[in-house]
Amino acid sequence: MAKKTHVTTTINGEETEFLCEPRQSLLEVLREGLDLTGSKEGCNNGNCGACTVMLNGLPVDSCLVLAVEAEGAEITTIEGIAQQGHLHPLQQCFLEGAALQCGICTPGFIVGAKALLDRNPNPTEEEIRFNLAGNLCRCTGYDKIVRSIQEAAERLQSAT
Amino acid sequence: MNTPTSGSQYKVIGTRPIRHDGADKVTGKAKYGADVKFSKMLYGRVLRSPHAHARILSIDTSEAESHPGVFAVITTTDMPDLVDKMADLGEGVVNMAHLGDNVLAREKVLYKGQAVAAVAAANVHIAAEAIEKIKVEYEPLPAVTWVLDAMHEDAPLLHDNVFTDDMGQKSETPSNVDKEIHFLKGDVETGFAAADLVVEREFKTATVHQGYIEPHVATADWNEDGNVTVWTSTQGSFACRTQTAEILQIPISKVKVVPCEIGGGFGGKITVYLQPVAALLSKKSGRPVQLTMQRDEVFEGTGPTPGSFMRVKLGATKDGKLTAGEAWIAFDAGAFPGGPIGPACMCVFSCYDFEHAKVDGYNVVLNKPKTQAYRAPGSTHAALACETVLDELAEKLAIDPLEFRLKNAATEGTRRVDGPVYPRIGCVEVLQAAQASDHWNSPLEGPNRGRGVALGFWFNCGLKSSASAHVNPDGTVTLTEGSTDIGGSRASIAMQLAETLGITAEEVNPQVVDTDSVGYTDVTGGSRVTFATGLAAYKVGLDIEHQMTSRAAALWDCPPEQVSVESGVYSHNGDSLTFAELAEKLHATGEAIVGRATVAPDGATNGFGVHLVDVEVDPDTGKTTILRYTVIQDAGKAIHPSYVEGQMQGGAVQGIGWALNEEYFFDDQGQMKNASFLDYRIPTFLDVPMIDTIIVEVPNPDHPYGVRGVGETPIVPPPAAIAIAIHNAVGVRMTDLPMSPPKLWKALSEQS
Ligand code: FES
Ligand code: FES
Repeated sequence: MAKKTHVTTTINGEETEFLCEPRQSLLEVLREGLDLTGSKEGCNNGNCGACTVMLNGLPVDSCLVLAVEAEGAEITTIEGIAQQGHLHPLQQCFLEGAALQCGICTPGFIVGAKALLDRNPNPTEEEIRFNLAGNLCRCTGYDKIVRSIQEAAERLQSAT
Repeated sequence: MNTPTSGSQYKVIGTRPIRHDGADKVTGKAKYGADVKFSKMLYGRVLRSPHAHARILSIDTSEAESHPGVFAVITTTDMPDLVDKMADLGEGVVNMAHLGDNVLAREKVLYKGQAVAAVAAANVHIAAEAIEKIKVEYEPLPAVTWVLDAMHEDAPLLHDNVFTDDMGQKSETPSNVDKEIHFLKGDVETGFAAADLVVEREFKTATVHQGYIEPHVATADWNEDGNVTVWTSTQGSFACRTQTAEILQIPISKVKVVPCEIGGGFGGKITVYLQPVAALLSKKSGRPVQLTMQRDEVFEGTGPTPGSFMRVKLGATKDGKLTAGEAWIAFDAGAFPGGPIGPACMCVFSCYDFEHAKVDGYNVVLNKPKTQAYRAPGSTHAALACETVLDELAEKLAIDPLEFRLKNAATEGTRRVDGPVYPRIGCVEVLQAAQASDHWNSPLEGPNRGRGVALGFWFNCGLKSSASAHVNPDGTVTLTEGSTDIGGSRASIAMQLAETLGITAEEVNPQVVDTDSVGYTDVTGGSRVTFATGLAAYKVGLDIEHQMTSRAAALWDCPPEQVSVESGVYSHNGDSLTFAELAEKLHATGEAIVGRATVAPDGATNGFGVHLVDVEVDPDTGKTTILRYTVIQDAGKAIHPSYVEGQMQGGAVQGIGWALNEEYFFDDQGQMKNASFLDYRIPTFLDVPMIDTIIVEVPNPDHPYGVRGVGETPIVPPPAAIAIAIHNAVGVRMTDLPMSPPKLWKALSEQS
C-alpha cells in the first residue's frame, strides 16, 4: 500500500487535515474520507461535472484533481453553499423552478453556477450554457436549470 | 407561482409546490446509492469479459485471493444453479437463468463487458488491482453485432437453448431470432390497391443508452441469520427483491431492499446487475460490500435500447386518407432474449386509424449487452419509420402535415392494429393544439432551415401500488409509499392525498420506504407512478376521511352520515372542525388514524404528443442545430405542472441526442469504441435551446383527477420530427440514426 501524505486545506471555511494516498482523487477523499458525499461521481474522468467543487474560487471536476494537490487550497463543496441554515438563492431558485428531477447532477450545477455568478453576476443565457457545458443533466433538458440560474442571478443582484 | 389556475376546481392539484425532498437534494444531503456507508464496509470491483463472444475454459482466482487487502473473490461457482423460469418484473418478463448469466457469466461470455468474477477488498484501488490478477482462459468465438447479420442462417449462434417463439409456436432448431410477432388488420393488398400514392422506406437506428448520470451501485449485507439487506439505486425495490432472491435462491422474505435516492433510470435500473454479486461477496467476506460501476462498465455492461432495422410502407388517397400500412421490424435484443419488439410492433401505427395494416416483428439476440427498457421502449424507433414515411406522403400529396395527421388520427373507438380499441384519448387534441401554437404559426426563414412535426404515442400502464398514511396530532399526514422517486413523484403523489383531504401539499410528508415497510409496489416505470400510486394516495385519503368523519360524529354524538366534509372542514349542525382541529383531538378521543390502500388499476389511458422543431443545417459540416423546439402533450391532468413540463423537456432532449449524436460504435470484433461520456455524447447545455411546452388536458376518465402518465411519450417524436425538419431544410431524407454530421454531410454530398 502506498505511503500516505498529510494534506492541510480549507473546506467550506473550516481548516481540514487529512491523510491520503497519492493516487486518490480529491473526489474520493471528500466522499470516502471526509464524508462529504454531496459531490457525486458520474464518470470519474472529467466528463459529467457531477463532482464539481470550487478550488480557490474556480470550478473544477474534483475527480480530476489529486487530493494531494489540495494542499493549502480553499475548497467549497455543495455542503458549503447554504449559509447559517439558509439556502443560497441558487438553491432556492432550483427548488422553485423545478430545476432538478433525479437530482444527481444538482450539486455540480449549483456549485458550478455559484462559481459563475461569483465572477459574472449577470450572465446571458449563452454564457450560462457555455460555462456549464461540462455539467451533464440527463433528466431536465436543461431549460429549467437555465431559468433557475437566471432567476437566482436576478435575486442576488437586487439584494446587493 | 403557488396558486392554481383561476377557475380550477382544485386547491392543490395544478399548483407548483416545492418538492418534499428538495432541500436535501440541493444541499448534498440526500443519500444516493453510493452515499451509504457502514463500518467495516468493503469495496468491490467486477472483472468483465474482453471478448464479444467466447467460451470460458477456466478461471483461476488464487492470485487475486492472496492479494493483500482482498477479502473475497467470487465467480459463478459461488452462485446457485438457475433453471429456466420466467418472472414478471412489471415492465417485462425475464428468464431467471438468463438473468443469472447476465449477472455473472457461466460457460460463455456473450458480449464485451459481461461480468465474469468479482472481488471485495479494503478499498476500490485494491479491488481494481486484484481483478487484474484473476486469470481467465477464453476460447474466442466469432461475434455478430448487426441485427440483420445475426438473423442469417450461418451467423454465429449465441444460445443452443433459444428457439424462435412465433406467436406461441416454438421453432424446431435453435435460432438467434427469439421471437416473431405478426399483426394483421383487414387486407393490406386491398388497401394498397386503393391508394393513389404508396411510399416505402427502410430505416436503421444505432444502439443508444439511457445515460443516467448516476452509475449502478449496490451495497449488501448478508447477516449471520441469513437475512440479506441491499441498499441500492433501483426503479423498483420489489422487482430488485424478486430478482436478488431468485438468483441467490433464497426466499424473498430473507431479502430486504432499501431504495436509496436514484440518479436517473429511464428503464435501465429495473434489472439487477450488482445486487446479487454484492450479496455473495458479503456472504463470503462476512462484511457489508459496496459495488459501484465505472462509466465504461455502465455503457458496456448494462442494457441500452435496441439497434434496429425497419421497413415501412404506407398508401394514401389523393385527398389524404391512409389506405394501408405495412411494417417489418427487426430489433436486436442484445445477448439474451427479451426486449421491446412487442411494443414497437404495437406502436408503429398506433397514432392512426388504419383499415388495413400488417406488422411483422423479429427479436434477435447478438453479441451486444442485453438491452433493457428505455423510455417508451420501441416506440421511438417505430415513430421514426412511420412518421417519416407519412411526412413524405403528405409532401407528395401537397397536404399540410398536421391536416394530414388530423384526417387519419386515432380517436375513441379506433381499433389498433394489434387489437385494442381506444378509450377517450387526446390524439386529435394535441394535433389541434399544435395547429394553434405560436411555434406553428411563426414563420421560419433563412437558408438551410426547416421545420418538422411528428406525432408520438405511448401506452402508459397501471400495475400495482400500495400506500398508507397516518394522521399526526398537528394536522399533518405522513404518507408511506413504495414508488422510488426519480423525478418529483413524492410531490405529485402527496398532492393527490392533500387534495383528497383538503389540506396543503406541505402538510403531507411523503416517505419512500423499503420492501419490509410498505405493501407490494411495482417499478417506477411505464409512466405509471403519478397515475397508479397517485390513485392509491387518493384512496388512502378517502379511507382517512371516512375514519375522521366517524371520529367527528362520535365527538358530536351524531351518526357519521350527518357529518358533512367540504375542503377538509368537517361539520354538523353548526359545529365544525378543520382537519387540523380534528387531528388534534384524535389522541384524546380514541385510536390513531391510519389509512391504507392498495391498487392494481386498469385504465392508464394512452399518452399522445406532438413535437415541433426548427433546425438549421450547416452544409459544410453536416451539423444540425436545433433553433426552436415545442413539445405538446396530453397529460390528462397535470398534477404538478412544473414536473410535467420537466418530463416533456427532458424526454425531448434525450430524443434529440438519439436523433443527432448518440450511438454505440462497435469495431468488427464487437468491441465498443466510445464507452465514455466524452465519446458517447449526450446533449450538453450548449446543444439545445429552451424547450417550450404546451400541456393539453383531456382527462382520463379512469382516474379521479384525470391523470394520464406523461414520462415516456416525450422521447418518441424527436428523431422523426428532426429527420423531417432536416428534409425541409436541405432536401435529404435521413433514414439512419443518429443523423450525425458525417452521415448528413455524406448524404448532402451524394445529393449534389
Ligand atoms: S465524476 Fe468528475 S466529471 Fe464526472
Ligand atoms: S436531474 Fe437527473 S441528471 Fe440532472
